[in-house]
Amino acid sequence: MAGKTLYDKLWDDHLVKQRDDGSALIYIDRQLLHEVTSPQAFEGLRLAKRKPWRIDANLATPDHNVPTTDRAKGIEGIVDPVSKIQVETLGKNCDEFGILEFKIMDQRQGIVHVIGPEQGATLPGMTIVCGDSHTSTHGAFGCLAHGIGTSEVEHVLATQCLVQQKMKNMLVKVNGELGKGVTGKDVVLAIIGKIGTAGGTGHAIEFGGQAIQNLSMEGRMTICNMAIEAGARVGMVAVDGTTIEYVKGRPFAPKGDAWDAAVKYWRTLHSDVDAVFDKVVELDGAEIMPQVSWGTSPEMVADVTGNVPDPAKEEDPIKREGIERALKYMGLRPNQAITDIKLDRVFIGSCTNSRIEDLREAAAVVKGRKVAGSLKQAMVVPGSGLVKAQAEAEGLDRIFIEAGLEWRDPGCSMCLAMNADKLGEGEHCASTSNRNFEGRQGFGGRTHLVSPSMAAAAAISGHFVDVRELLN
Amino acid sequence: MRAFTQHKGLVAPMDRSNVDTDMIIPKQFLKSIKRTGFGPNLFDALRYLDEGQPDQDSSKRPLNPDFVLNQPRYRNASVLLARSNFGCGSSREHAPWALDDYGFRVIIAPSFADIFYNNCFKNGLLPIVLEEKIVDKLFQDAEALEGYQLTVDLEAKTVITPAGESFGFEVDDFRRHCLLNGLDDIGVTLEDAELIKTYEDQRRQTAPWLFDAGQ
Repeated sequence: MAGKTLYDKLWDDHLVKQRDDGSALIYIDRQLLHEVTSPQAFEGLRLAKRKPWRIDANLATPDHNVPTTDRAKGIEGIVDPVSKIQVETLGKNCDEFGILEFKIMDQRQGIVHVIGPEQGATLPGMTIVCGDSHTSTHGAFGCLAHGIGTSEVEHVLATQCLVQQKMKNMLVKVNGELGKGVTGKDVVLAIIGKIGTAGGTGHAIEFGGQAIQNLSMEGRMTICNMAIEAGARVGMVAVDGTTIEYVKGRPFAPKGDAWDAAVKYWRTLHSDVDAVFDKVVELDGAEIMPQVSWGTSPEMVADVTGNVPDPAKEEDPIKREGIERALKYMGLRPNQAITDIKLDRVFIGSCTNSRIEDLREAAAVVKGRKVAGSLKQAMVVPGSGLVKAQAEAEGLDRIFIEAGLEWRDPGCSMCLAMNADKLGEGEHCASTSNRNFEGRQGFGGRTHLVSPSMAAAAAISGHFVDVRELLN
Repeated sequence: MRAFTQHKGLVAPMDRSNVDTDMIIPKQFLKSIKRTGFGPNLFDALRYLDEGQPDQDSSKRPLNPDFVLNQPRYRNASVLLARSNFGCGSSREHAPWALDDYGFRVIIAPSFADIFYNNCFKNGLLPIVLEEKIVDKLFQDAEALEGYQLTVDLEAKTVITPAGESFGFEVDDFRRHCLLNGLDDIGVTLEDAELIKTYEDQRRQTAPWLFDAGQ
C-alpha cells in the first residue's frame, strides 16, 4: 500500500464519520471569525436556538472594514455607518456567545490570517476554517485550512464539524534555489501563471521542493495564501524545523510537556516518501523571475523583464477574448514592456504580504530613497498591531515615512477596499495583495500584483522596475 | 432551506469565463448583516454604468445596455448559463445569495470554483457541471432562440432541452439528498452529536494542546 500524503494524514486524523454516500464529517480545531462573513451565521444560531459547540475553538477580530488611520478613535473612527454596524455586530455577537475577540483597539487586532499564526492560535496539524478564502494561508504550518461560506461558519459554530468530500492530492514542487530578489510571492505568482486559476480546482495542493523548504514561515504563508488563486481551497507545506521554531513560545502554543508531545506529533506531518499524488507539477526555482500581473486574473502574470501579451498570437478564441478584455480594462497595449507600466498608487499590505519580513523587504529597497513625485499615494499597512509595533521597534516606520510612504494602522485595507482605502477609476496600483479582479481595489481600479520589494521599487520609480537592479 | 426538485426556466447566457465573486457581488455590498436584498446588485459593475452604493435605489441607475441580463428577452431568467471556473475568488456566500435573490435557481457551466460550488447547495441553488461541448451547444441555442427554456430534474439528474434532448449530470449524493428535501444540514450533523463527542474525548487524550490553547 502506498504511503500517505500530508493531506491524507490530516484528513484521517480529523475524520469523525465516513458516510456511505461519500461525504464525511471532519472535526474542526480552530475557527477564525471576522465581521464580514459571520453576522448571518450568528443570526442563524440565534434563530435556531443553538449554542456554539466549543467556544474556545473560536477566535475573532475585525479586519475587512477597519480604518487604517486614526485608530485611537476606535469604532467611532469608522466613518461609513454600514461598516460601523458590521464591526459593532461582531463585537456584540462575540460578547453574547463568549468568544474571544481582539477588538479594534487591541494591539493584537489585525488581519485574521496574520494574527492566527502570530498568536500560535494556528498550530501544526490543526484543521482551520474561516469565512475567507485566504484561510489557505495557515496550511504553511502543515494544517488543513480552507475558506468556507457563511452557512458553513454557522455549521462549525454549531457542530464543530464540517461535511466534506475528500479532495484529490496535488504536489507543486519548486526545485533548486531562488535567485536574489525573488520571493515567495514571485514563486506563487509563477505557479499560478503556469497552472492557471483553475489548475488546482478540486485538489489540496502541497508545496514542496528545495526552494519551498528554504523559505521562512512567512514566505511559505505567502505561497499557501494564494493557493486559492490557483483554484485550490487548500495549500500546505510539510512541518519541519522552521515550522516548529516559528511556533515556539507564541501565546497560544503549548508549553512544557505538552510542547514536547506536540512536537513529536508535528514531526510526522509530512507526506510519506512513497505517497502518491493525483497530479504533480514541477518548477525550477532558479528560473523564476520577479513577477508582475498585467491582467484581471492572477494567472495573467509576466516576468518583470517581459512584455504584456499580444492577443493576436493567442490561438484559443476564449483565451484571446479574455486577454483582449483584460487589456482594455487595464488600459495596456499588446507587447508593451512591463517596465513601461506607469503607476498611480502603491499598496504594501494584505494577508498575503503584511508580515514583518515583508515590511523589512520593502524597507530595504526604499531606504535612503524617495517615492516618485508622479505617484498619488504609496502606503504601507501592517498586518497586525503587533507587526506594527515590531516594525516601529526596528525603525522601519521611519524609513517608510522618510521615503514618502504612508504608515498606516492594521487591516485588510486596499486589498479589497471595503474601508476608505481604494483606487480611483483608471488608476494603476502596484499591490502586494492577492487579487487583480476588475474593481477589486476600487471601481475601475487597475491592480498589478507584485512582491513587497517589487512594490517598493515601483514606488521609487513611478513605474515597474526589476528590483534586482536596485539591490545591486 | 428551500427544497429543489425540478425547475423549468428561461436561460440567460453569460459568455465569459472566470467570472469571479467580486464580479458577482462587489465588496461594498458585503457590509450588510442580512442574507437577503442582494439581487439588485448582482453583477453590479457589469449591469450598471455607474458605481453602486449600498442602500441605494438601483431602479433609478443607468443600465449598461450591453450586459446580457439587461436585454428584455432575458428578463426573468432563472437559469444562468456560464463559462468555465464560474465563481472563482472569495468565499463570500453573498454571491449565491445575490444570484438567488435575483431569481436564479440553476447555474450551468463547464466548471465551478470549489467554495462557490459548495455555497450554492447551502442556499437551494443548483450548480450543474456539463461538458464544454454541451455548454457550447446550449449557448448557441439560447442565443438563437428567444424564450429558450431548460428543464432541470434533480431527482433524475438531467437537463432537458425544449427539443427533448436530455443531458445527465453528476452531483454528490449527500448534497442532492439535502437539496431534494430542503434539509438543514446542521440538523443532520447534530444527529451524530454523540460521535462528535466521542471523537473530541479521544482527541483530548491524544492531542491535549488543541483544547487548552492560550489558557
